[in-house]
Amino acid sequence: MSALIENFDAIIAGFWSTIRLAAMSAVLSLLLGTLLVALRVSPVPVLRGMGTLYVTILRNTPLTLVLLFCALGISNTLQLNFDVEDPAFNGYWLAVLGLTAYTSTFVCETLRAGVNTVPMGQAEASRAIGLTFAQSMRMVILPQAFRAVIAPLGSVLIALIKNTTVVIVAGYAEAAFVMKDMLYESAGTVVMVFLGFAAGYMILTLPVGYLTGWLARRLAVRR
Amino acid sequence: MSTGVLFDAPGPRARLRHNVLTLVGLLAALLAAWFVWARFSAAGQWDAELWKPFLDPEVWTGLILPGLWGTLSAAAVSAVLALLFGVVFGLGRLSDHWWLRLPSGGIVEFFRSVPVLIMIFFAQAGAFAIFGYVMPAFWAVVIGLTLYNGSVLAEVFRSGVHSVARGQSEAAYALGLRKGGVMRLILLPQAVTAMLPAIVSQMIVLLKDTALGYIIAYEDLLNAGFRVVPANYGNIIPAAIVVAAVYIALNLVLGWFATWLEGRGRRSRRSAATPMKADPVVGVPPLGA
Amino acid sequence: MRRIVLALAALALGSTALTACGGDAGGSDSLVDKAKNDKKLTVGVKIDQPGLGVKKPDGTMEGFDVDVARYIAEKLGVPESGITWKETISANREPFIQQGQVDFVVATYSILDERKEKVTFAGPYIVAHQDIMVRSDESSVTKVEDLKDKLICQASGSNSYKRITDPAPDGQGIKAKLVPAGSYSECVAKLKGGTLDAVTTDDLILAGFAAQNPSDYKILGTPFTDEKYGVGMKKGDTASCEAVNDAIAEMYKDGTAAQLLKKWFGQTQGLQLPTEAPAFEGCA
Repeated sequence: MSALIENFDAIIAGFWSTIRLAAMSAVLSLLLGTLLVALRVSPVPVLRGMGTLYVTILRNTPLTLVLLFCALGISNTLQLNFDVEDPAFNGYWLAVLGLTAYTSTFVCETLRAGVNTVPMGQAEASRAIGLTFAQSMRMVILPQAFRAVIAPLGSVLIALIKNTTVVIVAGYAEAAFVMKDMLYESAGTVVMVFLGFAAGYMILTLPVGYLTGWLARRLAVRR
Repeated sequence: MSTGVLFDAPGPRARLRHNVLTLVGLLAALLAAWFVWARFSAAGQWDAELWKPFLDPEVWTGLILPGLWGTLSAAAVSAVLALLFGVVFGLGRLSDHWWLRLPSGGIVEFFRSVPVLIMIFFAQAGAFAIFGYVMPAFWAVVIGLTLYNGSVLAEVFRSGVHSVARGQSEAAYALGLRKGGVMRLILLPQAVTAMLPAIVSQMIVLLKDTALGYIIAYEDLLNAGFRVVPANYGNIIPAAIVVAAVYIALNLVLGWFATWLEGRGRRSRRSAATPMKADPVVGVPPLGA
Repeated sequence: MRRIVLALAALALGSTALTACGGDAGGSDSLVDKAKNDKKLTVGVKIDQPGLGVKKPDGTMEGFDVDVARYIAEKLGVPESGITWKETISANREPFIQQGQVDFVVATYSILDERKEKVTFAGPYIVAHQDIMVRSDESSVTKVEDLKDKLICQASGSNSYKRITDPAPDGQGIKAKLVPAGSYSECVAKLKGGTLDAVTTDDLILAGFAAQNPSDYKILGTPFTDEKYGVGMKKGDTASCEAVNDAIAEMYKDGTAAQLLKKWFGQTQGLQLPTEAPAFEGCA
């Protein structure tokens, strides 16, 4: 227990980094994921192909490698940086970039699956009563699809929070980084350290799961 | 629902718009590709010297393939253990006895909400601190992956059993079967068919997650390709690209397998359970690291 | 289905057996006795440190540390064919030695007081110095003080950056900007790409990287710490420690050391290579 109390400030700072990473990546993943799903259902084959290619590649690459690519490939080889002179700022945004690039593919797939939960008859019916594409999307398909994806999106968000730990490969200091230091450098009571950090992650992830689960049940479309 | 029904057959203006969008898309893709190419050549990353090692069969047989074997064996062992873990705790959660159900639920929920990497660190450091035993990196990776993926699979099993139409178990009880018999003879055989795609896609997650072993220096594909190959040739970026290609190919094969299984499950009429999506979007976190 | 499960189970057992064999414990024999009786030793080295310890595609090992380990083993009566190489990383060197998973370690292993509590060190076989590496066209950094406001690398698991940024007496109290990276390989890649200005750590490690692309980097040659690289072995194995010290002294006397230093670090500019054996720390 004492190990946790002694390093309390470092632990809080670590989890604060985790929250900052997860929150920013979540918002951006949602945006990019929506854009990707728009590409993937668009009537233009080239755009559809580009969306599919992106999702296929990113989904099948380990996140560890994606983040290494951001730190070395994008920052260093492509020379795309947010601000080279401020490493902490640069590191944060490169990590967000990697997490977003990876997570958005899962957001995209979840949204697409959500659209697929709406029975074909609904779309046919809305076309039959003369609604245009935009109208049938806005009034019939999307309201149902949106409700169907709340719980799965919650799972994606939980996974994202847990995945922030992998940012360690780019050397960015978040909670797992602090834990590793505590475990290997100053071997205190290892079990307490583990349980402490596990509890920290549970505090972050469990409410997300319950909240989205509750929302999904409340808003569920009854068929 | 196929998206085709959402669109009208394009008229002349829509066709024009589509053509413009096609052009814009192509141009954007070309521009991005050219940009990457130019920056790579500026950084000298296309130098033949950096790529030549990958034409040398010895680099593959001596470094990359042993690394690949490390990845595959860790994935295979964790897959087997995770399946066992999943069956035990998934059925535990379905039990009628609270003293089985509650602890199983607690364990599953705990390991599902803790990051895999944290568990791997703990498996390694904890074993040494508590038992004075140096956990080989292989087992630290396997333990972490087993606990996490096993918990996810426990949920898959649970929802798989739930997905069998209730009439089936009611009918079985009416025939006079006991609890065990209903589960063994009626529910599980049908549930397994429904669960297979979800299980296989969890295996893809597991396979990708073995790359976390890189962080504790387990000799996997990523380590061989990203640490040892560059130590020989100083070609860290080309090495990363080659390793990524191998991972993508590996996961694509598994992914196709999942889709094929799903298609087969949908065609066959032997199960009263609806096949779960290959991408277990509902209720199960679809992605690992 | 059952066949698949069986095959997987067999695979699992196979891997278990493999791992179990790998973790062959050394027993309680001293290093010297084991070398004499078995003609076999397990040596802990780095496998990703250019110039010091690298695993080559054909499975052989190369590097300065590796050659030193070979020399020591030979002096203890173990031929090259009797050496099993095992990767040790910073996090597991002490545990590996304590448990006998390796018989001795030659892996850029600095002799430090806190480590002496857990393992016995022979040597040092060489004293490295922390130094600074920059791009070869860099002119604004010529000494440690120039690192103020420059971007330097903070490699994961290494404390070298603290010698720059920590206040005296631990460091120089220079306000450099730290760029995190996963390893020194990544640091060097970032140095080349220009996302950082200098990499600072032991000169021998830097020299190993510089030797891969001699025209890209230069080492300043402004050493400011002493890192005594020792040969780690089981705590209290004094007799073996003395034997290894004798081997190191012999290595410098018969010219092997000079030859090895020239072979691995001779091309690197700015490096001061020793000509005689460093003063030993003593085996107690």
